[in-house]
Amino acid sequence: MAIEVRIPTILRTHTGGNKTVEGSGATLSALVDDLDSKHPGLKNRLVTEEGTLHRFVNVYVNDEDVRFTGALDTAVKDGDSVTILPAVAGG
Amino acid sequence: MLRIDRATYDAIVGHARDDHPDEACGVVAGPEGSDRPERFLPMLNAARSPTFYEFDSGDLLRLYREMDDRDEEPVVIYHSHTATEAYPSRTDISYASEPNAHYVLVSTREHGERTGLAGDDVEFRSFRIVDGEVTEEEVDVVESYLFGHSPTTVVYE
Repeated sequence: MAIEVRIPTILRTHTGGNKTVEGSGATLSALVDDLDSKHPGLKNRLVTEEGTLHRFVNVYVNDEDVRFTGALDTAVKDGDSVTILPAVAGG
Repeated sequence: MLRIDRATYDAIVGHARDDHPDEACGVVAGPEGSDRPERFLPMLNAARSPTFYEFDSGDLLRLYREMDDRDEEPVVIYHSHTATEAYPSRTDISYASEPNAHYVLVSTREHGERTGLAGDDVEFRSFRIVDGEVTEEEVDVVESYLFGHSPTTVVYE
C-alpha cells in the first residue's frame, strides 16, 4: 500500500504525464520529499523557499484541505488519497 | 481562437452583470481535448470582492472531481473585472495554471446599471496564459455547435 497522489495537468510535466503517482511518508512534508526524489522539481512547485505551501496550489488529504489540518505537517498514512489542484483565483 | 456558443456567452455576461460590483467567476467545461466549452458552471466567488476572486477550496475539489469523472477539462475559465478593462491583471497571470484553458475576462465597468446608459457595454475578451505570457485571441460566437450539422434540406432514405 502506498499513498495515491493526484497530479494536476500543469504539474504532469514532472510525472511523465501521469495523472496519479504513489508515494510514502508519515507527513505531507515527508510525502512531498519522497515524490520529489522520484519526480524531480515537483517540490519546488508546491513548497516555497520558506518551506510553506504555495498559495497557488491547494492540497487535499482525503478531500480535506490541508490548510485546515496543519498544512505540510498534516499526518498521512498508507491508503490515504492526496489531491493537488491549482487554485483558481485572480484579481 | 475561442469558439463559444451564444447561450454560453450570454450566460457568462449575465453572471458578471448579476454579481457586479463583485467579481464573478466560473468555468465552462468540455470534453478533454475537444476545445469545446459546453457545460456552463458558474462558481461562487469565495472572496466576494470587487478586486479579487477565488473558488472556494471545497467547491474547487468537487468541480475537478466531477470534470474528471466525466472526462472533461476546464475549456474556459472566466471572471469579471468590475472597474478596469477586460485584460488579465498581474494577479490573474500569477495564478493562471491551466495552459490549455481560454481565460475569458469580462469587464462590467461600463455596464448599464453602473453608467445609467441605455446602450451599455460589457467587454468580453479571451486570452491564453502560458508560463506568465498573455496572448489575446479572437472570440467567435456561434449560434450553436450543432449549426454545422443542421442541413437545410434533409434527404430521407
